[in-house]
Amino acid sequence: MQWETVIGLEIHAQLATNSKIFSGASTAFGAAPNTQACAVDLGMPGVLPVLNAEVVNMAIRFGVAIGAEIGEESVFARKNYFYPDLPKGYQISQYELPIVGQGQVTISLEDGSSKLIGVTRAHLEEDAGKSLHDQFPDQSGIDLNRAGTPLLEIVSEPDMRSAKEAVAYARKIHSLVQFIGICDGNMQEGSSFRCDANVSIRPLGDDKLGTRAELKNINSFRFLEKAINYEIERQIELVEDGGKVVQETRLYDADKDETRSMRSKEEANDYRYFPDPDLLPVRITADDIARIKAALPELPEAKRVRYIEQLKLSDYNADLLSSGRDISSYFESALAEAPELATQIANWILGDLTGALNKSEQGIADAPVSAQQLAGLVRRIADNTISGKIAKEVFEAMWNGEGDADAIIEARGLKQITDSGAIEQIIDEVIAANPDQVQQYLDGKDKVLGFFVGQVMQRSKGKANPGQVNEILRGKLKR
Amino acid sequence: MIRTVKDIQSGLDKGEFSSVEITQEYLARIEALNPSINAFISVTGELALQQAEQADRLIADGEASALTGVPLAHKDIFCTDGVLTSCGSRMLENFTAPYDATVIENFKGENAVMLGKANMDEFAMGSSNENSAYGPVRNPWNSDCVPGGSSGGSAAAIASGMTPAATGTDTGGSIRQPAAFCGITGLKPTYGRVSRYGMIAYASSLDQGGPMAHTAEDCAILLNTMAGFDPRDSTSIERDVPDYTDDLEKDLSGLRIGLPAEYFAEGLNDGIARCIDEAIAEYRKLGAEIVEVRLPNSNIAIPAYYVVAMAECSSNLSRFDGVRYGHRCDDPKDLEDLYKRSRGEGFGEEVKRRIMIGTYALSAGYYDAFYLKAQKLRRLISADFAAAFDKVDIIAGPTTPEPAFNIGDKSDDPVSMYLQDIYTISVNLAGLPGLSHPAGFVDGKPVGLQLIGNYFDEARLLNAAHRFQQATDWHQRQAEVK
Repeated sequence: MQWETVIGLEIHAQLATNSKIFSGASTAFGAAPNTQACAVDLGMPGVLPVLNAEVVNMAIRFGVAIGAEIGEESVFARKNYFYPDLPKGYQISQYELPIVGQGQVTISLEDGSSKLIGVTRAHLEEDAGKSLHDQFPDQSGIDLNRAGTPLLEIVSEPDMRSAKEAVAYARKIHSLVQFIGICDGNMQEGSSFRCDANVSIRPLGDDKLGTRAELKNINSFRFLEKAINYEIERQIELVEDGGKVVQETRLYDADKDETRSMRSKEEANDYRYFPDPDLLPVRITADDIARIKAALPELPEAKRVRYIEQLKLSDYNADLLSSGRDISSYFESALAEAPELATQIANWILGDLTGALNKSEQGIADAPVSAQQLAGLVRRIADNTISGKIAKEVFEAMWNGEGDADAIIEARGLKQITDSGAIEQIIDEVIAANPDQVQQYLDGKDKVLGFFVGQVMQRSKGKANPGQVNEILRGKLKR
Repeated sequence: MIRTVKDIQSGLDKGEFSSVEITQEYLARIEALNPSINAFISVTGELALQQAEQADRLIADGEASALTGVPLAHKDIFCTDGVLTSCGSRMLENFTAPYDATVIENFKGENAVMLGKANMDEFAMGSSNENSAYGPVRNPWNSDCVPGGSSGGSAAAIASGMTPAATGTDTGGSIRQPAAFCGITGLKPTYGRVSRYGMIAYASSLDQGGPMAHTAEDCAILLNTMAGFDPRDSTSIERDVPDYTDDLEKDLSGLRIGLPAEYFAEGLNDGIARCIDEAIAEYRKLGAEIVEVRLPNSNIAIPAYYVVAMAECSSNLSRFDGVRYGHRCDDPKDLEDLYKRSRGEGFGEEVKRRIMIGTYALSAGYYDAFYLKAQKLRRLISADFAAAFDKVDIIAGPTTPEPAFNIGDKSDDPVSMYLQDIYTISVNLAGLPGLSHPAGFVDGKPVGLQLIGNYFDEARLLNAAHRFQQATDWHQRQAEVK
């Protein structure tokens, strides 16, 4: 039997506000336990939540970015369950009237095609605290610093058909939330971007959805792909052996690369959602939406299309350069210096610069070579001041803080020799010094030409224009 | 002879006594009477005297504000920084609040003096004060009787002269019903008028704090300090606070008072009916025009109230889990055991009953039939009032169907207990202001008359009650406590 996989994702993006969603306590990561939890976060008797207006703006920004419906009225609801790191015994979330309704994003697939993935809704909620089970013998500790941190839960339609599509979608949302400045996208520290995957299988051609398992605890895109693939295999094997998939929550264990049952539907809570009487419904006007829309930066998808259509970049380069706010702003700053050299700039960013950044484990925002410096370098290649090979040396010098390309070229005397007289003179010396090789070439050994080019470049310290060297050599060594 | 807040203000002003002297006097009376009445859970004598000394200094320096040096009691539902805040529950018998409720902060801002924290039904759930983990409160007019609830400690403390005035809270009648039972005046303001921050929540969409005192005038003085927008309470309303004493003397001629037929139907005690009739006749003499109105959905108020209130309380009380503060059982075996025993031991019977009913009402499959339906009934009840207020300025009727009952009489019959709130509950469901003032006696027990106003019409209610009190002396009777 042929099986089709159906995947939907629930993404929790931590909103990048300074204070919590319902209190004035700081959201900064890494403080000593319980030092960033005020009376409201601790769920003290008598305290009341007050909505942080900035989270509403951020949620609307996301809604606008995915072309979603944004209702006039949005309601906070209580999700009731007991857990020690949930101080009030309920989580303030949204249920019937979420702030962001139906929207969609486009993902690019490996074969170059693209696919629309539906976003069912996105709602605001507060995060819970953290239970620490390994710090005190026979006791658990609770850290409520994270309690009340604002989250946007983004729920997709079950539109993905493979782990690769799921990862492409997750990456897309990941770059989008960073692009519009609502989430720092950190998946490790403080886990400000978390994914849960709903995975099911069905016989290919069936319309009905199979029973799904929800995978939790996935903190990287690599693990997302592995967890889903493991789960698909597990479900197929189970069903083909005559078993049945049960609806349950499963935990992904990255060390063992497997998913494990956490709780089944039978044990699931009845959350008893009801509108939170402590909070008024949020009213959003068309003016609010228009104002937020006008202030939104150009979105990744629009950039991608512009890079391809106006700048004539390849699909691959356009994808990468529009994938994040930092990389696209670097690219666009460089482009502003040398508008006619888009392709060359793109190649340098995605080639040598990315390579060096990966090696030094730095982000592009912290690159030692500025966008302006890189553009200066690319320009000197384009105007034949230096060769591509010399350019690598100049790049390295820039990386080490020796200044702009022009200064380095000047100081190191790297200016390319384009004077054909000077090149001719070097060639003549090389020919005179290597009569055997001249004979070999004249006897038909083409490869020897490379030897001569090498010798000329060496004598010129790499500064001779390689094109000119080739041309003049061929003329002088006419067979 | 009663002593009012107004009397104390003028005595302090004229230098007839100091705040320390008057505070000592009340503390002495508390020491003498509280053992039998049990109106206070905590008496904060030392703190009160410190505050009184500070107040006397301010008065001497000419820096006093309206309530500087005036002794008051606060219902033990308001969080008070550094002072036990038990909410009438064993659950919070060890809970010293780390902050002040906004209402408390407002009184501190005026340098009022806090005598102590008043007894109450546990978590404000009850109409008799028998549901307190700190023992029942006795009615100063008849020690066999309940003082009403849930603000029974506040009402009994005022009626017995242990405090001139107090704060209370009202979710379904918890200020007005004990005010009626104890022969004092109590006002439940419009929902959103007084901040709920720091007031331990019972049913968030119904709870409202308000003043309790001998007179409407004192209620106006206290409300001036209690009312106002609070950015820490999203349901508080940003709207100017008038000086509630400004309109007290206004003539009542032309005031249209509506009597809802539904409030004078079956179930109303004959003695109370007579008292209300006479009080209405008095209002007529004062110039009011009496009109009949209808509130046809009054009969659904009790079921609607109990669904909404219990649903909200089942969630509001989840935070009392033995994890961070409050009662924790000994040697919990595991997490579930910790929850079950801490809550099982910490909460009393009535609280458990309401949590269970509320949990049921919110459960999957029952939500629409109960909670959603109750919210719809709530809108019908509000619409009834809106229609009535097209015709009249104030609605009047009895506060309670019968006078104070004996301790123990209804404690095994929750439904008959819930019926005590039949005239007061609709006002909370609609979010309107309501006031109860003394209107006579039945068998030596006080009777309360309820005035219901339109939204933010507290000043009009206080004006009517004040004029009534100028013409009558029911509110000036002092219970004789042995």
